[in-house]
Amino acid sequence: MSPLWGAVAGRSRRVAAYYGGLGLLAWDVGRNAWLPRRYVPLVIAEFDGMGVRSLVVANTAAMFTGMVFALQASVYLSRFGADMYVGPLVALSIVRELGPVLTAILVGGKVASGITAEFGSMMVTEQIDALRAIGVNYVKRLIVPRMWAALLVFPLLTVLADLIGLVGGMLVAVYERQIDVYLYWNTIFYWVVIRDLLMGIGKSFFFGVIVTLIGAYNGLTMTGGTEGLGRATTATVVEVSVAVIIADFFLTKLFILF
Amino acid sequence: MADAVAVFEEVWKSFDAQMVLRGLGLEVPRGMTVSVMGGSGAGKTVILRLTAGLIKPDRGRLWVLGVETGPLREEAMLPLRRRMGFVFQGAALFDSLTVYENVAYPLREHTRLPESEVAARVHRMLDLVGLYAVDGKLPAELSGGMKKRVGIARALVLEPELVLYDEPTAGLDPTNARLIAELIEGLKARKVSETSMIATHDRDFARAVSDLVAILIEGRIAQVGPPEVVFHSSRSDVQAFLGGEQR
Repeated sequence: MSPLWGAVAGRSRRVAAYYGGLGLLAWDVGRNAWLPRRYVPLVIAEFDGMGVRSLVVANTAAMFTGMVFALQASVYLSRFGADMYVGPLVALSIVRELGPVLTAILVGGKVASGITAEFGSMMVTEQIDALRAIGVNYVKRLIVPRMWAALLVFPLLTVLADLIGLVGGMLVAVYERQIDVYLYWNTIFYWVVIRDLLMGIGKSFFFGVIVTLIGAYNGLTMTGGTEGLGRATTATVVEVSVAVIIADFFLTKLFILF
Repeated sequence: MADAVAVFEEVWKSFDAQMVLRGLGLEVPRGMTVSVMGGSGAGKTVILRLTAGLIKPDRGRLWVLGVETGPLREEAMLPLRRRMGFVFQGAALFDSLTVYENVAYPLREHTRLPESEVAARVHRMLDLVGLYAVDGKLPAELSGGMKKRVGIARALVLEPELVLYDEPTAGLDPTNARLIAELIEGLKARKVSETSMIATHDRDFARAVSDLVAILIEGRIAQVGPPEVVFHSSRSDVQAFLGGEQR
């Protein structure tokens, strides 16, 4: 076997093992999805950690995305005398794509890397084994509460990001490009339908699952001590970003079908 | 086997290319303290982790508390693990929880006791291991010996049938090591822990606390017996290990 072929085969095995492991973890999480009442406070705590503490990041990004999009759109649309469509263009882009994707990448990177760091540190110090030795189902105790929290947090943050993004777009459209504020909102409500909004929110549920699974899996399979923990955390941020973008394409295809 | 709490039958275990256990056979009788002695990397901890079902054997059969654990899935192992206590080498305390919360954790997970009863049991257990007024401390604020004792309290709080101690004296100064030995002897005398398996390389400690000593050499048990018999063994490999030639 040539060195090149050997390297390709080795890499392919690692990739297959990674996705296989991720799939098995997803299966385990699904089997343990029901939580006893005593774990509900864990979901609330995670909701606070993931959602409330990510508001500034998510909303700042959404505001400036809406602003820059309105700026770009108004410059180009004015060439065709179509300034009045700045609102719908900004709204459709944000509600269908940028709101859920940017929120998932920014908040997801933060949340997932935090999960990886916490679980990785627990692996290094044998705390996960200690949980198992006590007879605790660590998937149910550690991962499922985060999954439920993510399923609540990501759609809510997405809705908020959509709204803030539209407000950002309005600020530029009205104060920078002198577009009438009523025209901006009226055209949005005319052209953007509930289906557009639901598409973005629907995607955010899947992004929440992806973020939690990648964060948890990378933490639980981390090797190499504290140095390995640093590598795993960095890898999580990159993998979450790429996975969200790839999943976005397939989810868009899926939602267009229905 | 009828009155054994753990039975290993031809158990093999490897990690990547390294074969650790090679057809190991061992019985741990109920009511006894059995120390497994062997050099570094000989597989002592692997035996304890197999017993607790934290890892699975590659080949061979293993019964723990009357149940064959080899075919069991993780969820099926959980009720069995509640009947065992595991004291980790590094204590493995939950670092974001206080001493009190660490010891109370198994009670809160597996019982519906009122908080007053939980508190009473936690304090009784902390008293047993000689820790006072450390309830609110975090693990990072404790010495190595104190962490081990909290680990012991947490492992014993559910009154398990089998307690697994992984290198309980490793990294401790002689005074703390002696304290841990006295503690384990005391717990046994007070019937707090009925049967124990201890992984150790500390000969004096094993002599002090064990009913039986098993010498692990090259992935198999070379000899099992009372400490005074094993430590005066005529077997050359056992003598070589005890004399420090095999590590």
